This record gives sequence, structure tokens and C-alpha cells, in this order.
Amino acid sequence: MSGEVLAFWALAIVLVGSALAVVLTKNLFHAVLWLALALTGTAGVFLLLEAEFLAAVQLLLYAGGIVTIMVFAIVVTERLVGERISQTSRRIGAGAVVAAGLLALLVRTVAQQRVPPTPPEMPGELTRTIGQTVLTQFVLPFELLAVLMLAGLMGAIYFARPDD
Amino acid sequence: MGLQAYLTLAAVVFCIGLFGVMTRRNTIGILLGIELMLNSVNINLVAFARYLGDVTGMVFTVFTICITVAEAALGLSIVILLFRVRRTVTADQLDLLKG
Repeated sequence: MSGEVLAFWALAIVLVGSALAVVLTKNLFHAVLWLALALTGTAGVFLLLEAEFLAAVQLLLYAGGIVTIMVFAIVVTERLVGERISQTSRRIGAGAVVAAGLLALLVRTVAQQRVPPTPPEMPGELTRTIGQTVLTQFVLPFELLAVLMLAGLMGAIYFARPDD
Repeated sequence: MGLQAYLTLAAVVFCIGLFGVMTRRNTIGILLGIELMLNSVNINLVAFARYLGDVTGMVFTVFTICITVAEAALGLSIVILLFRVRRTVTADQLDLLKG
């Protein structure tokens, strides 16, 4: 039990620290690398919640896919603009006040709820259950997701096409 | 760890992402903040699924991860297109629709 608590706090520190670095660092390239660390930390949280399949998906799609696309986009746009992209922030005070206000509201709401203190035993193999649920109960959203993926793919190709 | 610890962690990450979306000038920086926000929602879904013993939340996480990937690919292609047309990186300068 104490190992789980220790792992949770370590992951929480990594996650919050890298998330702060994503929104505060000046160098956009470094921000993307911090985002990769934050996404990997989230995969660790999924492992802690015994969702091994989701941790693998998280690493493959998020940390693998999205970070690659982001780095690619930064490299391409830097070449187009012809100068190193740095990013500045504006209205940090107002943004911090709004974010902290929402955080206080969320934490207060969460603290007031009565929630199950300990997780129940999950039935058997979780990955098998997820797969069976996706292909039976949620088969329509699953197929719609394929349409969305196709539309997204075509849209991305259309946007990124070379000039006529 | 109780469910509330995970929910609080997700709330913290969500608010950090919101802060990034509100304060960043760079369009890609705003997209990074959106990724953080979407990511924290996934933590909520998985934590609820685990603590309620219901696999539905994890199935929804698979769906949201897929939708997020599509969103990131489209958003970044729009950013590349904007850079190609307007030659700028700053969201404030993309005021073509201003009346």
C-alpha cells in the first residue's frame, strides 16, 4: 500500500512539474518535449490504476504520435518563417487568477463528494473486457470513429497540400 | 490512494492546461495546452472506471485518445496552412475575421 502511495506522489510531481514546464517554458521545442514527459507520466498513472492496455495506447498514440507531429510542425513552420520560434505569454496574472479560481472550485467540489474509498476487484483480464465491450456495446461509436479518422486524414492532406 | 487524489491531480493538470491556453501567444503553444486539458480528462475517466468497477470509462478513454489524435493532426495542419498564408506564429495577429 505504501508503495502505491509513493508511486502516486512521484507520478503526481512529475506530471504537475512537466505540465507547468509545458505552459511556462520559452522555447517551444522544449515545451513539446516536456509535454512528452507529461504524457508518459499519465501513462504511469494509468498503470497505477491497473489499466495496462490504456497505458500502452497512451504511449503509442500520444507520446509517440502527437509529439512526433508537433515536432514535425515546429520544424516545418520554422523553416517557412525563417526564424527560430520562441513564444511569449501574455496576461499571465489574469490567466493565473482564472485557472486558480477554477482549480479551487474543482478541488472543493471533489472534496465534498462521498466516493468509494477503495477500488473493487476488477473482473479478470481488463484488456479482454475492454475489447469485448468496444465490439459489442459500443460498436456504433467505434465505427463512427473510423469515419472520423478518415475525415481527419482527408482534411489534413487537403490542408497540407502543396500550392497549386 | 483514494479516488479523490486522482481527481485532484487531474484537476490540477486541467487548470495548468487552461492557463497555457489562455496565456500563450503562439498557436502551437495553445494546442499544447489543449492536449494537457484533454489528457487530464482521461485520468478522470480511468480513475472513475477503476473505482466504480465499470469498464465503460476505459472504453471512453480509448475513444477520446483517438479523437484527440485526429484533433492534433487537423489542428497542426491548420497551423501549417496559416503559417504558409499569413507568415505569422502569433494568434493575436490572425485577425482576418475582425469586423
